[in-house]
Amino acid sequence: MAPAIQCRDLRKTYDGKVEAVRGLNLEIQTGECFGLLGPNGAGKTTTIEILEGLLAPTSGEVSILGRRWRENEREMREWLGISLQETRLSEKLTVRETIELFASFYRQPRSSEEVLEQLQLTEKADSWVGKLSGGQRQRLAVATALVCNPKILFLDEPTTGLDPQSRRQLWDIIRGFQRDGGTVMLTTHYMDEAERLCDRLAIVDHGQIIAEGSPADLIERLGGHHVVEFSVSGNCDGAALQAWKGLPSVESVREDDGLVALNVKQPHLTIPALLEAIDRQGSHLQHLTTRQASLEDVFVRLTGRHLREQ
Amino acid sequence: MSVAQEIPTTTAKAPQSHQPRRNGRWSGYSHLLMARMLELKREPEVVFWVFVFPLLLALGLGIAFRNKPGDAVSVAIVAGAGSEDAQALLARSSQHELFKIQTLNAEEAQKGFRLGKFDLVIEPDGNGTLEYRYDPARPESVLAKAEVNDALQSAAGRKDVVATKAVTSSEPGSRYIDFLIPGLVGMNLMNSGMWGIGFALVDMRQRKLLKRFVGTPMRRGDFLLAIMTSRLLLMVIEIGLLLVFGVLFFHMRVLGSVFSIALLGGLGSLTFGGVGLLTASRAQKIESISGLINLVMMPMWIFSGVFFSYERFPAVIHPLIKALPLTALNDALRASILEGTPLLQQWPRLVVLGLWGGISFVLALKWFRWT
Repeated sequence: MAPAIQCRDLRKTYDGKVEAVRGLNLEIQTGECFGLLGPNGAGKTTTIEILEGLLAPTSGEVSILGRRWRENEREMREWLGISLQETRLSEKLTVRETIELFASFYRQPRSSEEVLEQLQLTEKADSWVGKLSGGQRQRLAVATALVCNPKILFLDEPTTGLDPQSRRQLWDIIRGFQRDGGTVMLTTHYMDEAERLCDRLAIVDHGQIIAEGSPADLIERLGGHHVVEFSVSGNCDGAALQAWKGLPSVESVREDDGLVALNVKQPHLTIPALLEAIDRQGSHLQHLTTRQASLEDVFVRLTGRHLREQ
Repeated sequence: MSVAQEIPTTTAKAPQSHQPRRNGRWSGYSHLLMARMLELKREPEVVFWVFVFPLLLALGLGIAFRNKPGDAVSVAIVAGAGSEDAQALLARSSQHELFKIQTLNAEEAQKGFRLGKFDLVIEPDGNGTLEYRYDPARPESVLAKAEVNDALQSAAGRKDVVATKAVTSSEPGSRYIDFLIPGLVGMNLMNSGMWGIGFALVDMRQRKLLKRFVGTPMRRGDFLLAIMTSRLLLMVIEIGLLLVFGVLFFHMRVLGSVFSIALLGGLGSLTFGGVGLLTASRAQKIESISGLINLVMMPMWIFSGVFFSYERFPAVIHPLIKALPLTALNDALRASILEGTPLLQQWPRLVVLGLWGGISFVLALKWFRWT
């Protein structure tokens, strides 16, 4: 069976100079939830819009369930549910009218009532779109994508700017869709979103994939298992950083705003040695925490930057 | 952590309890049209600018330029030898009610004339000759000179050799309001075509709604067709309101058939719809489309004879003016509404409209940017 989404050596250059996407390869299987994770400006939106057939790539191949955009556009549109980054739907239409409108474009859409219910919008069905909260609007945007009974759901930053409760509601909806056999492709710059939703993800930076795998796999490969963060008073220079690196079980060291972070495999070996080393230096420990490594650590490790910077 | 382990809090798609639904060929079109009409109905600004504003304009201008008896001619006579004779002569003339006469010194008379308070200054030189001071560039001044001169000569005993009789005419059909209303109808069709289509499309493009629509199997032609249809429906109301208003308030006479006026309105709407579509084909921001729309409409506001006849412009540029779509539409509307001229006799105007609309439409479809 053909992969749900496949692209080879995808490139997009704007106005002949800005290279938004530089040679991207992806293969996403049916039933997977795949995430593109990266900072703003990494080329995520450009990539997903090329896959959605809304943007022509400068070069490279895209196939969706084995078909190509050029030959089968109308047919392919029937299979895809799309939610763009920040579409402002007409404010003076009601929620139901908006869903009905989108449903009318497809040959065999689902019933609007069913979609309203699934996205918990039944109560708001007769409210104008202009009166909805951010979370409700975003659910409506996803409703317009789900009304066509899609095989593949594309979501570009579905939860950006939403409150925690609205985000969780959307995550549940996305998972429900996947559980029913749907394929999901989403972009996000939220680590927790990627970790919770995605079976696999690709970390994108400057238009290229810099790491790919399941969240757990990426964390294990690149983040270390645990992170020990601490700060000390007194001399904390380059030599000191080297000293930390020599401690048992430490995989990498970075310093961030006076806080030293050690990527550690076995904290029970590292921490006693660390305390002893600090004591020997004559410094005082001011702060110490340990936590599980996250995708954020993976990203910082790969790029030297935090995801939300820029 | 894997997705499957998490406990869902919502029930996913209910089993297919609802009848699977099948959409027909025109389902997208009819929903788009309905959505567009609902949106317009719910937008108070649209209701004001499209329906109320033209009526207010017609009302205001109709009252300001209503046909009233000609203003009295205001004449200053410079005090001095002979001024009293002149005044007496004028008072004796048969048209004396027409004149408002003031006698004052030379300086004040000059000042009043400069400020437009007097249309004419009469200065007797003391030897029986009267000197008229008037401004040939001011029509009322020229008129005052002729009328005063006439009155003075006949009062002094001049005999007219040709017998004449004056009859006044302010019949419906030849008044300013009769000229104005068809012009307003034309201007309104242009305004709502340009804003209702050009602006609306760029707004949808900026909101990424066009891109979202293109991400569905929606037929792009159906979308444009729905927008155009909504224009035609609005057009019927727009024209109807203005004409009914003219008939009721100003007793305007509509000589042309409703059918030919509606046909002209439809052609005009489509023409400006096409021009609006072309104007909107590339613009990304509503700020830039606003500027573009004003730029396109400006020459037509000035030249196309909405508020005053383009005959006032030099004859050399008349062919250019007549090639503008609004001129063709206004001329055709006036001929149809005021004179009942059949459409067939107006074919050159219809061709002008058709060319503007057709060419704009073709170019717009070629250049139109959906994303």
